[in-house]
Amino acid sequence: MTARTLDDARVWRLGTDVDTDALAPGAYMKHGLEVIGRHCLEAVRGDFAPGVHKGDVIVAGANFGIGSSREQAAGVLRHLGVAAVIAPSFSGLFFRNAFNLGLLLLTCPEAETIEEGERVGLRLEGDLPMVQRANGRHLACAPIPGFLMDMVDAGGLLPLLKQRKPA
Amino acid sequence: MNSNMPQPQTLAQKLIARAARRSHVAVGEVVTCHVDLAMFHDSSGPRRLKPMLDELGAQIWDTDKVVLVLDHYVPARDADAQQIVQIARDTARQWKLPHVIDSEGICHVVLPERGHLKPGMFCVGGDSHSPTGGAFGCYMFGIGATEMLGVCVTGQIWVQVPRTLRMQWSGRLQAGVSAKDMVLHMVGRFGMNGGQYQAVEFAGSAVQALCMSERMTLSNMSAEMGAQAGLIAADATTLDHLRGIGVAPELLTGAEQWFTDEDADCEPWDFDACTLSPQVAAPHSPANTRDVGEFADVVPSIAYIGACTGAKLEDLRAAASVLKGRRVAAGVQLMVAPASAREQAQATQEGVMQILLDAGATVLPNSCGACAGYGATFPEGATVISSTARNFKGRMGPASVNVYLSSPFTVAASALRGRISDAREVLA
Repeated sequence: MTARTLDDARVWRLGTDVDTDALAPGAYMKHGLEVIGRHCLEAVRGDFAPGVHKGDVIVAGANFGIGSSREQAAGVLRHLGVAAVIAPSFSGLFFRNAFNLGLLLLTCPEAETIEEGERVGLRLEGDLPMVQRANGRHLACAPIPGFLMDMVDAGGLLPLLKQRKPA
Repeated sequence: MNSNMPQPQTLAQKLIARAARRSHVAVGEVVTCHVDLAMFHDSSGPRRLKPMLDELGAQIWDTDKVVLVLDHYVPARDADAQQIVQIARDTARQWKLPHVIDSEGICHVVLPERGHLKPGMFCVGGDSHSPTGGAFGCYMFGIGATEMLGVCVTGQIWVQVPRTLRMQWSGRLQAGVSAKDMVLHMVGRFGMNGGQYQAVEFAGSAVQALCMSERMTLSNMSAEMGAQAGLIAADATTLDHLRGIGVAPELLTGAEQWFTDEDADCEPWDFDACTLSPQVAAPHSPANTRDVGEFADVVPSIAYIGACTGAKLEDLRAAASVLKGRRVAAGVQLMVAPASAREQAQATQEGVMQILLDAGATVLPNSCGACAGYGATFPEGATVISSTARNFKGRMGPASVNVYLSSPFTVAASALRGRISDAREVLA
């Protein structure tokens, strides 16, 4: 997301309280993201893993990412090409994990007005990130601290640490 | 306020200020803290950290401040699990880690059991139930593996100074009602994210009356409230316990300074322990909590006492107090996975394990077991009454498994009667 804008992103609509165990099911946690990715969200939305494309976004209800500290829950979404998750609120632990892995999260109070299959744009240049709906409406999102956007730009904490490593 | 007067602070602020090498921190500001202890386990630890550390060409900042616990994939059930466990053991040797606890219990229980947690510390854990450490007056919270990498390389981590939700419990719990009921009630009241990643602090006479094992249950399930930390100020109970397990007195000096000042700005919530009934959380959310009496028609096929949340020494004692001299009902399988080998040994010495065996229990290894859902889980269609922390759909087995969460008292009473039951009736 170095360009800081995204257009025409397909929306996958999910409900409230999407938990880490649904994103990265325990039975597959001994495997890598390739395997976990095939089972991502299978307990709540079976068509997601086979159908998601690079650049799609997830729009969910409140409390996205509750549960475990397993960062594969965020990693698997990046692995599947998800560009951002947009929700009214996130689990704090998931929030940290997502940015550490370079996954953009947008805290958007009006997220649930967005519809399944809608094409949205993301505008991240200013202080207030925006989601642009297909009907032209702009939805304001909570500001993201600069040091977290740096992580998104770098692709996560590991690439950032590499960049900052003294030569 | 007179600027010469020290500003009143919450326990959370004091702990974070110490770790940030500051005299005072304000709610909402982002500060960088020095980490006193980092704990990780076989799943979140070496198998994830080693490749990243190698890629960076970096080393652990201070191996004496790191504790590795093997608890998620032990005992290894297949070749994949065996490989994960082997990586953890090989890496521990290569990194020369001085503190490794291998197959002797669950991280949140063995960490304080070995005296690693003392009041005033700032700690992180590679597991979401890391707030358990808050019961010892530590600021401790869970992080993912990549963030743990950052800690391992720098010894530091950022936090946003949280507000404090102060849960004040007056009165005394009835016999057969426990800390698990208190925390299930609060999770039901505030919801899975009601803690908003702030600090929760447990206080009041009913909390002070709890032993450390029970206090750990409160702090543990702060995670299910969506809090970052779940704190309890150290008191005589804490210090007696720590001295009792062999922590040197000089390591406990100054412990009395870690409390919330009377005038500190926090959000108080009042609860009455006297009127609390046993609580049960129905599938598939810990926040789906109601009084035990509303579940009398639920017939469990499995009664499970396990996990850091629900199989500590006091939990085993609670179950035994209900099952003493009795046997579980036909059609109910009672499984007990004591949270640590030491606690199991103590329970054996007290006759608690024999009571559970005589009641028909199958005793399982000292590991995360079915709770994590990483290995042995419950069979298709099972109805489970469980002393664990989470009952998400599909977590502890196939999506068809229905898990009801409760205290160990309630698990035992339900096993005994063959339907979800109130332990107060059995104990009366």
